[in-house]
Amino acid sequence: MTTKRMNHARHIDAIGTDTNAALRSTSPEARRTRARTKLAGTALAALALTTVVGATMASTAPVQAAHAATVTHLTFDFPVGVAGPLAEEMLALVNEYDASHPAINVTPIFAGSYDDTMTKVQAGLKSGTEPDVAVLLSTDVYSLLNMKAILPYADFAKGDAGAAWMHSFYPAFMANSVVDKTVWGVPFQRSTVVMYYNKNDFAQAGLNPNQPPTTWSQLLSDAKKLTTPSHWGIEIPTSGTTYWVFQPFAIQAGQNVVGDSPNRVYFDTPDVIHALQFFVALSKTWKVEPSGLIGWTTAPSDFEAGKTAIIYHSSGSLASILKSSSFPVGVAMLPKDKRFGSPTGGGNLYILNTGNAAREQAAYSFVRWMTSPAIAAQWSVETGYVATSPAAYKTPYMEQYLRHTPQAAVARNQLRYAEKELATNDGEEIQSILSNACQAALTGNVTPAQALAAAQQQADATLAQYAK
Amino acid sequence: MSTGIQSSARLLTRAVPRKRKNPHVGAWGMLLPSLVILCAFTVWPMMQSAVRSLYSVRGGVWRFVGLAHYAALGNDPVFAQTLVNTAIFVLILVPVSVLLSLALALLVNRRYRMTSLFRLAFFHPVVLPMVSAASIWLFLYTPDYGTVDQFLAIFGLQQTNWLGQPQTALFAVMVMTVWKQAGYFMVFYLAGLQGLSREATEAAAVDGAGAWRTFREVTWPLLMPTTLFVTVLAVVGAVQMVDQLYVMTQGGPDNATSLLLFYIYQQAFSFQNIGKASALSVLLIAVLVAFAVLQNWLDKKVHYE
Repeated sequence: MTTKRMNHARHIDAIGTDTNAALRSTSPEARRTRARTKLAGTALAALALTTVVGATMASTAPVQAAHAATVTHLTFDFPVGVAGPLAEEMLALVNEYDASHPAINVTPIFAGSYDDTMTKVQAGLKSGTEPDVAVLLSTDVYSLLNMKAILPYADFAKGDAGAAWMHSFYPAFMANSVVDKTVWGVPFQRSTVVMYYNKNDFAQAGLNPNQPPTTWSQLLSDAKKLTTPSHWGIEIPTSGTTYWVFQPFAIQAGQNVVGDSPNRVYFDTPDVIHALQFFVALSKTWKVEPSGLIGWTTAPSDFEAGKTAIIYHSSGSLASILKSSSFPVGVAMLPKDKRFGSPTGGGNLYILNTGNAAREQAAYSFVRWMTSPAIAAQWSVETGYVATSPAAYKTPYMEQYLRHTPQAAVARNQLRYAEKELATNDGEEIQSILSNACQAALTGNVTPAQALAAAQQQADATLAQYAK
Repeated sequence: MSTGIQSSARLLTRAVPRKRKNPHVGAWGMLLPSLVILCAFTVWPMMQSAVRSLYSVRGGVWRFVGLAHYAALGNDPVFAQTLVNTAIFVLILVPVSVLLSLALALLVNRRYRMTSLFRLAFFHPVVLPMVSAASIWLFLYTPDYGTVDQFLAIFGLQQTNWLGQPQTALFAVMVMTVWKQAGYFMVFYLAGLQGLSREATEAAAVDGAGAWRTFREVTWPLLMPTTLFVTVLAVVGAVQMVDQLYVMTQGGPDNATSLLLFYIYQQAFSFQNIGKASALSVLLIAVLVAFAVLQNWLDKKVHYE
């Protein structure tokens, strides 16, 4: 119907334009003038609108510039990587800093997950709008170095006092923070993988709630007893960053997947293959774990709902799990095979290379405050992350908290056995290769040995360009 | 016609040349803002991608590598799987979406008492942000106590890890996408149905054709322009799906839900492989351009006079 009308119109046009001309009452010149005026009017309106909008935006800038003469303004990007309302707690913490330090004003910006924050910082570096200080993964250090994005702390922490501060953190956390003996990031919200277990489920299964399993074989036998029609024995979240929950098994089997070199990974050694075989057997052979991949947030939800008796999760989820569970929650070190072990995780504070000396110095003083024992203790208690220095655990606030919540000390005790998290050049891609290999072994028809051999090949190919 | 020729001749043979206004100036003036935006945000980035695909960047240093990225894609198993996933996704999603939206449009076309309520119900997923919808469906798909598993448990089916195993993950994402966009295409079909001439359907009724025959031989052919339009929208949209993958599966399990645009995002922003991501973008653009050409050719064939 519409087509017919269009044809009809075309027919008229084909006859002659003077039919249309006859409908107009004024001369062609007057018509052109009218059209010109209309065009000019529209352009003028658009220009006026743009000017008004631009002026409004520009008018806010002078106000800020005047303010900056007396106060150093910093932007601080931070992620939240665990369950819980950590963004609000971080905002409160930064407000506390701003209130007590009138010469420096820090604007905290919640940037999503660690991945999102890294993307935001990288985009900022390309456009010149990077933040002054940021919390990013400790494993991002190589990428940041390749982009020349960060500054070494030795530039700011001078003398004996400065050196003492840089060495005041737990050595386990410094493994991912130091490159070639230079400190590039300081620990802020760091974690290890810990085991959470439901004490009621243990009692019901005839196990001692105060004696969680300490070896792989005990873990397996306990999980078998704990697997009932109403709940699973164990859940290990494997969707997304699978490599991080697999790495403890590799370390416990005797071989960490990464060493000191940023260009070498160890995926297909016999110990690592043995670790993946156990990891996969939990769901495929022994059926104490659901099959397929388990979501990162699904595991604690299942745990809190009583659908699983044991989960492996970040120590940083402690506060949230304790709050949401209606049963006594036990926290324990991960069971050992040849040795205890877990990779560290979480984020460091980095000072970004903005080129503005005043802001960089202010950023350093902000980092000193954030990592001071009192603030580190406060952040650890609020979130469940491990406090980053032994001094933080000696504060009265922390000692009182540990008396009330002894589970929080487990992650600290495990630090003795903690190892470097998988971090290399092209780190995200290497992590993704290992994660995919674990996922393939868990869900596909690939054996752990095949999956890891393919992963080693891919990783070597990716890292080959960095081998000098 | 003769008067027109005469007036043009008058213009051309005028003794004293008057200030002649080129009628195209006004047209270009009107088009200029849109043209600037189109060039700045579409054409220029496309050309930039094409140039960048010939380089490789490491640590901020750009190296010319020619067509190495394209050659490497030939040996990339993840890329091969991504292509297969995308093909499966598009080939199943588009017909299902289009046919389902046609069915919905036919159902809500006539005005019964509750028609508005149903139209609202079918359309509301479209206005949800994709990330919100993906978060909701992430919960719905939770094994055992997610709504889908609980619903299926009524029929005695076991709990299934919809997003956690390669066999069902892509299918689960497809279901969610159909739910999200069927209402959008339904609106186009509603408009098409209401633009149909009543004479054709009435003539079919007079000739004694049943409902199905009327649909098959009258309604469906007349709706072909709408169907083509909706299909094009569906294909272009399906190739550009990325939000729900980011929220629900992150491309897993083991790249089972890795679609082309997600793979590009991962290479560009997670792995910082700008060169490889640019090469993939060029391929994606080529596919879409080929599809646009196909659509243009088909467009001439589906209109009835």
